Amino acid sequence: MQKKKKLRAHDSTALSSELIIRPIKKKVWLFLIPTFLCFVIGFVWPFISGIYLSFCEFRLIREALYIPLDKIKDVFVGFSNYVRAFEDESFRKAFTYTASYAVVSVLIINVFSFFLAYLLTQKIKGSNLFRAVFFMPNLIGGIVLSYIWQLIFNGILIKYNTYLTANQTFGFWGLVILMSWQQIGYMMIIYIAGFQSVSEDILEAARIDGANKMQSLFKVIVPNMMSTITVCMFLTLTNSFKLYDQNLALTGGAPVMTTASGTQIKMTEMLALNISSSFGKINTWAKGTAQAKAVIFFIMVAAISLIQLKATKSKEVQQ
Amino acid sequence: MKRFFTLLLAVLMVLSLSACSQKPADGGEETAATGSVYYLNFKPEADESWQAIAATYTEQTGVPVKVVTAASGTYDTALQNELSKTSPELTLFQLTNDGAVATYGDYCADWNGTDAYDLMTTHAFDLTKDSKTLGIGYCYECFGIIVNKALLKEAGHDISEITNFETLKAVAEDIHSRAAELGFDAFTNAGLAPSSSWRFTGHLITLPLYYEGITAKGEIKGTYLNEYKNIWDLYLNNSATDPVANNTAGDEAEAEFGNKKAVFYQNGSWEYSALTGTYGLSADDLQMIPIYCGHEGEEKAGLCSGTEAHWALNNLAKPEDIKATVDFVTWLVSSEEGTKMMAKEFGPIPFKNAAEPENVFFAQANALLAAGNYNVDWAFNYTPAVDDFRAGLVTALQSYAVDGDWSVVENAFVNGWNTLYAQEKQ
Repeated sequence: MQKKKKLRAHDSTALSSELIIRPIKKKVWLFLIPTFLCFVIGFVWPFISGIYLSFCEFRLIREALYIPLDKIKDVFVGFSNYVRAFEDESFRKAFTYTASYAVVSVLIINVFSFFLAYLLTQKIKGSNLFRAVFFMPNLIGGIVLSYIWQLIFNGILIKYNTYLTANQTFGFWGLVILMSWQQIGYMMIIYIAGFQSVSEDILEAARIDGANKMQSLFKVIVPNMMSTITVCMFLTLTNSFKLYDQNLALTGGAPVMTTASGTQIKMTEMLALNISSSFGKINTWAKGTAQAKAVIFFIMVAAISLIQLKATKSKEVQQ
Repeated sequence: MKRFFTLLLAVLMVLSLSACSQKPADGGEETAATGSVYYLNFKPEADESWQAIAATYTEQTGVPVKVVTAASGTYDTALQNELSKTSPELTLFQLTNDGAVATYGDYCADWNGTDAYDLMTTHAFDLTKDSKTLGIGYCYECFGIIVNKALLKEAGHDISEITNFETLKAVAEDIHSRAAELGFDAFTNAGLAPSSSWRFTGHLITLPLYYEGITAKGEIKGTYLNEYKNIWDLYLNNSATDPVANNTAGDEAEAEFGNKKAVFYQNGSWEYSALTGTYGLSADDLQMIPIYCGHEGEEKAGLCSGTEAHWALNNLAKPEDIKATVDFVTWLVSSEEGTKMMAKEFGPIPFKNAAEPENVFFAQANALLAAGNYNVDWAFNYTPAVDDFRAGLVTALQSYAVDGDWSVVENAFVNGWNTLYAQEKQ
């Protein structure tokens, strides 16, 4: 036993020795290359070509990408894809729908998960079991979950002689319920970690000063948990804006109203679904416009989440 | 330890390098000699047969045949990925309709003059553009109203009574009014859930379009929408389902018919194996009749036959690969193994040496044509932005069921079609 311990100590000193570390440090690029390559292939290159394609008119990507430089002027159309994207009624509708969904779901998910986390840090019997149960919906994939909920909603609505895709309201609240069910457990775990990081000393001091439970929750715990709230707000906000698979599987944008002029409006289509479905159209500018929408979408999500980060970060306290 | 890591890394690098270089070298040699075939299939249900037939062909000729299946929802994405490769291996793919010709036409080689083309018995199903045959219709399907003759007899009627919309309506309404006593209803439910709605927003719209004379992409007037309303009302009002909550899935309608709960079921020849296999209905009891909708002279109507299945050759592929593919297709439609598999999966194929399929619906379609009836062509193939058009029509049909306002359907059908067509044309 004694000998083993010695050996281990010996090993760790050996590993941190300069003699071992220096050659590894020298070859740092060798270890970075695989990840860096993956990052370039999986993110940087698609991102750059996506931005480039948003300025082109093409039916198949090969017509615009990987072509000789002097051919680029034939497909390059400047900002007209962006103009079309902003003119597209369905895109604007998808934006307002997504935004209202984001507001509602961010509020509901955060409020519920915060209070669940609060309850489950109160030393209730079996709280570990509850945590596991609340977290479980996260383990089911979005598409599967949506089909299950679709069955549940339709099973209930059929009793009232209607169904999920009958109108926009059902689709909207259906999605809110589904996403809350899935995300509350996840955010709850983060909030629990936040609750646990608030030091007992501060709470005790508050108690001695005569603060009641409500006061210590809102005046002591919440300010000390602002960093956790920032994280959860960020996650729920970006998740709601980027939501795709649940939207696709639950309603797929239905119902589709046709206006008197013949224009179709998908009542429950969110931004990501709108982008992917407009990419599938066959007219010459459809794909370029969808790319432009995707770039606009990226800028929008980035801007909104940065603003949110700034707003909540400013409320964080130094510990 | 350090030496071990260095060795490990070196081995890994060598391995990965050789893995990269091996394939092209190998493939290059092979294709230079014989060419190879790469088919992107769009029918998941036929995938197994395709893999088996590909293996048989490779065994007999040594030509490698690769078959990859992408289901209809993901087919376009898969195809576009394949076509966007710098040197596409893909040689054979599906061209569904005129819309696909507009998108992929530039990448299709001409079938004219190939052996496979010369073996065809009809070119009526082909897709052409500027005197080039870009897609050959390698099979066709038919749809209509499938009747369970045994049940019809039980209700005291005979199939010979039904010759037009009035007689169909009389029989259906009689059965529906006595449904409780008989234990079955007239029509299966006309569900508008996605797995079922294509029967009405995809297939049924063929009738008003065909009677309007739509034979190419373009605007429509909707002159015969009243016929569409006739038959839709008949479906809606003579089934066991409440029209308002009409959101059932396709397999429920199939089960209703299969379990002898309904006499009439609008669907196509592809239902044959499910009805006779899964549900064990007797082929003798099944008859497919034309969809009667109250159009003048419809007594002479036949079934709706047509196809969305066309093979196209990728002209970006290497010439020797294209040649190998044409040889493969020729073998497929003329050899014993090939025609047997084609008959099993696709029914009758329009090629000279085709094997006889057991599916009775095709024989019934042909019998009607032989008796001098006209074929109701698949005018729905010219639908612009298919998925969007159908989704819009589904919503309109749903709202019609709730408030009975048909103008909503007319608007989604005619204005929706024309607007989508205008957008697509740009």
